[in-house]
Amino acid sequence: MKKIKFDIIIVGGGHAGVEAAFASSKMGFDVALFTMDINALCRMSCNPAIGGTAKGHIVKEIDALGGSMGFLADKTGIQFKMLNISKGPAVWSPRCQSDKVKHSEETLNLIENTTDIKLIQNLIVEILVEEYNNNNKYKYFVKGVRTENNEIYYSKCVILTAGTFLNAIMHTGKTVTEGGRIGERAAKGITESLEKIGFESGRLKTGTPPRLDINTIDFSKVEVHPGDKNPDPFSLKTPKSDFPYLPQVDCYLTHTNENTHKVLRSGFDDSPLFTGRIKGVGPRYCPSIEDKISRFKDKSRHQIFLEPETLNRNTIYMNGFSTSLPAEIQEKAARTVPGLERVKFLKYGYAVEYDFFPTYQIFLSLETKLVSGLFFAGQINGTSGYEEAAGQGIIAGINAALKLKNKPPLILKRNEAYIGVLIDDLINKCPVEPYRMFTSSAEYRLVLRQDNADMRLIEIGYSLGLVEKKYYDNLIEKKNLISEGLKFIRSNTINPGVINDYLIKLSSSPITQNEFISNIVKRNNVKLKDLLRLNGLADNLLTKKLLDFPEAMNQIEIETKYEGYIIRQNEQIDAFSKNENIIIPDNFKYEKIKSLSTEALDKLIKIKPKSIGQASRIAGVNPSDITAILIYMRG
Amino acid sequence: MKFDSTIAAISTPPGEGGISVIRVSGEKTFDIIGNIFSKIKNRKQKINLSELNSHTVHFGYIFDNVHLIDEVLLSIFKKPNSYTGENTAEISMHGNYFIAEKVLNLLINTGARLAEPGEFTKRAFLNGKMDLSQAEAVADLIKSKTDISHQYSISQLEGSISDYINRVRNDIISTIALLELELDFSEEDLEFVSKTELKQKIQEISSQIEDIISTYTTGKIIRDGLDIVISGKPNSGKSSLFNYLLKSDRAIVSHISGTTRDYITESIILEGVLINLIDTAGIRTSADIIEEEGIKRTHKMLDEADIIIYLIDGTLDKSDIEKEYLYFTKNLNPDKTILTYSKRDLFKEKPENERLEISIYDDDSIKKLKKEIIKTAKRLTGYNKQKSAINKGNIILTNFRHKLCFEKTLESLNNALDSINSKMSSEFISLDLRNALNALGEITGEVTNDEILNYIFKNFCIGK
Repeated sequence: MKKIKFDIIIVGGGHAGVEAAFASSKMGFDVALFTMDINALCRMSCNPAIGGTAKGHIVKEIDALGGSMGFLADKTGIQFKMLNISKGPAVWSPRCQSDKVKHSEETLNLIENTTDIKLIQNLIVEILVEEYNNNNKYKYFVKGVRTENNEIYYSKCVILTAGTFLNAIMHTGKTVTEGGRIGERAAKGITESLEKIGFESGRLKTGTPPRLDINTIDFSKVEVHPGDKNPDPFSLKTPKSDFPYLPQVDCYLTHTNENTHKVLRSGFDDSPLFTGRIKGVGPRYCPSIEDKISRFKDKSRHQIFLEPETLNRNTIYMNGFSTSLPAEIQEKAARTVPGLERVKFLKYGYAVEYDFFPTYQIFLSLETKLVSGLFFAGQINGTSGYEEAAGQGIIAGINAALKLKNKPPLILKRNEAYIGVLIDDLINKCPVEPYRMFTSSAEYRLVLRQDNADMRLIEIGYSLGLVEKKYYDNLIEKKNLISEGLKFIRSNTINPGVINDYLIKLSSSPITQNEFISNIVKRNNVKLKDLLRLNGLADNLLTKKLLDFPEAMNQIEIETKYEGYIIRQNEQIDAFSKNENIIIPDNFKYEKIKSLSTEALDKLIKIKPKSIGQASRIAGVNPSDITAILIYMRG
Repeated sequence: MKFDSTIAAISTPPGEGGISVIRVSGEKTFDIIGNIFSKIKNRKQKINLSELNSHTVHFGYIFDNVHLIDEVLLSIFKKPNSYTGENTAEISMHGNYFIAEKVLNLLINTGARLAEPGEFTKRAFLNGKMDLSQAEAVADLIKSKTDISHQYSISQLEGSISDYINRVRNDIISTIALLELELDFSEEDLEFVSKTELKQKIQEISSQIEDIISTYTTGKIIRDGLDIVISGKPNSGKSSLFNYLLKSDRAIVSHISGTTRDYITESIILEGVLINLIDTAGIRTSADIIEEEGIKRTHKMLDEADIIIYLIDGTLDKSDIEKEYLYFTKNLNPDKTILTYSKRDLFKEKPENERLEISIYDDDSIKKLKKEIIKTAKRLTGYNKQKSAINKGNIILTNFRHKLCFEKTLESLNNALDSINSKMSSEFISLDLRNALNALGEITGEVTNDEILNYIFKNFCIGK
């Protein structure tokens, strides 16, 4: 007999859905994952890359929580690079180019090998709910889903991760096609079934650049961008000996010019963006090329990265050239770019418009406020990017499982994780354009580094049952070694005779008397690893242990070099936590405070912040509103 | 909740005066007063006060159940056009605290609640009538004793500090925005502000803030007055001078005994400057241990004094006077000390005009001393410059909390400069700039927390 009852149903097999399915099933629940095409799991609709500034942090966090994104990226990466290494460690961000075909294959492989996940290829057209008789928190509870061929599947929780597919329309010039991705259909019915019970939806837009034939590019005219020589994998689970799994390839850099811009401008009359046919709001930070040239009028050129999409097929992703202009304009403009004079297009750039649900309708747990057991994750919450989607997916998967276990949801704080910042921003800022993660959004970024994601989150992942014990044990060993190491370098000195040759070599001023090791580490260019190898230190048991555990040593070095900054950051976090801990009662009567602006009042009632801290981050709520609430609460 | 109730308080200070004023604020103000107020001398003749126009004054009578209590003027302010933004009324009655308390009790018996300190101002804030720094200025305004401190509080109430801070904050915010852009788009080859320009900008702001912090000494003097210690050997005439100055000028603070028996303080206003006169125990050169303690204290006071009047008994022998002079040159800061020879009327030798000589029996000699005091005070405080600065709307720090915030700001800006100098990347610079932003925001209320609010409102009196 066909199984039609599950604990948790996930609608959508993208980055959010896969992460959710993986987490819920690992936490012991029976999961059904619905997708329109089982060969399109985690399909990279846009950039064939994972990570990047701030996004790489999210991947590492997902990995530390026990998710799959980092592991899959390692398996399918064809170029790995640490971005921003000229800057401080907080903004270093790992990124990889992926073989997008392999990526979907590996994902399918992983899901099929996860017991408790039933992968079902079908299109869902309705979310089924039932009204509560009396429940003062929710109006409805979720019952299951209906497929387009009218089958019904039941579950206690549903996680909706529909990506860009809800009532999706694609634009290339004046050509309009239904569908969420080239060659794929749109999902109709879900939005309508949710609107019927009181949800509000909106429209967003995103775009993707053309794909080019690699054999028609003149590589003598473009700059080669190779990957890092000895990259580190994203995932703790990836054995370094096997990494990287796939052969590594180069990317290339070229630029647009005035000529390109002239051609592009000639197509503006037909651009769905400029003619107003696209109603959805596009991301400000990932603008189309037509957006860029109309916004930065004085810039005579823009970067174009040429990125291979797979090892085996010859498609090149034209990064930086996202566009929805007519096909012939795209082609003509591209051919003005050095190296692309004779380029052949395999796919034209297009824009896609889709439904999303403004985030005042969900809790920080990602559960909807209206329907108990219904969770939203990914682009339908108004985000952009695979990593942002996956970060929400794992949280939705965890929280659906926790709900079924009658446990409080996992809500990561802004000082704990980029994922925490992301969801907090989503709920409180309620973005009206696709939200992309930036390091600048994380005000405590000096402690939210990609290098310490494990230290921040493994314990949480382990306690949820998502992380295996050996990684947890390893973390505890690492933490102990770090605190021993810090104590050691702060309480032991080094004498001039031992160190000065090294300092002089670094053009750092020599010391005249014994100096604490920690003070030497603080100096520019000094590496702890080098100090530990010096005479007199090298035979110490602890230094041996440290030299064998470079990740621990790295943490000691960062903690020491940036000590003053980290102390000040932690002071900020203390101040922040004070306001997070002032809880606003559930039934707080905002309308009694006359000084609140209409907008603030509206937002406060809709979002129902848990704390003064959260209230202070709601867009439209001003500091004076917060002071008023505080004074009102305190009397 | 607390702010739903109607509150009342006597807003004039205790004691006898021309009039006493009771202020009532809240939704039920007019109902409550309507129960005890009548326009004619008949307590049964009640009127509906909410039908009266806002900003009108009405003559009438207050009754308790049986008796006429007082004849009063009743001012009506309807929401939102009142100090608190709520329905408010002020009852002006004869200046007798006993009557005022009786009326207050009547109001409380008919449904009002006694206001807590600062509650009227809190309500004004809650109803959007003022921002935090303005609320703070209200507290300062009430305490201002001299013309210049009054002017300063008024200018803060009008928002001069807020204006300045908002300007600087916007400057810092735009700087941070550029730094963040550089980080967020590190892959793009967009051009941003150079580190040299950034450094210049931060230096500019930090030097402005240094200037502001340096006005605190003046600001404190404007607010709290100038401490003048009268010092000298026993019997040099300190207490006589002290008493004489008090007599000839209005003493505005009641007598306060020192925590030790060694000194007493009284305040006077000389040419608009608030002066706290301190009469110390005489400086004795004794080996007595207890005496030594007293001397230690006196020396501490001399160190902390804004101005010292050092008295030398002019009737002493020449050699003793020389000893005294030696003491002055060795121990006292000549910059803030006015060396004065006392008992001019009893001088054995002829008075010398080059030095300041006084006698409490000679008004003109005391006038000379006062001139010297004012001259020194103004020289030390840059008073004239500051006064014109206030007139021009510049910022003078009078508030200790504000000073601490500016100091925090300065520290953070300096940290940011250090980061630039040691070629740290933008996220480090941004950390300290964000701290500077927060510290500034704490002054205006852009950044709030419980501690700040408690600090501000604890300084209020009941009735404001």
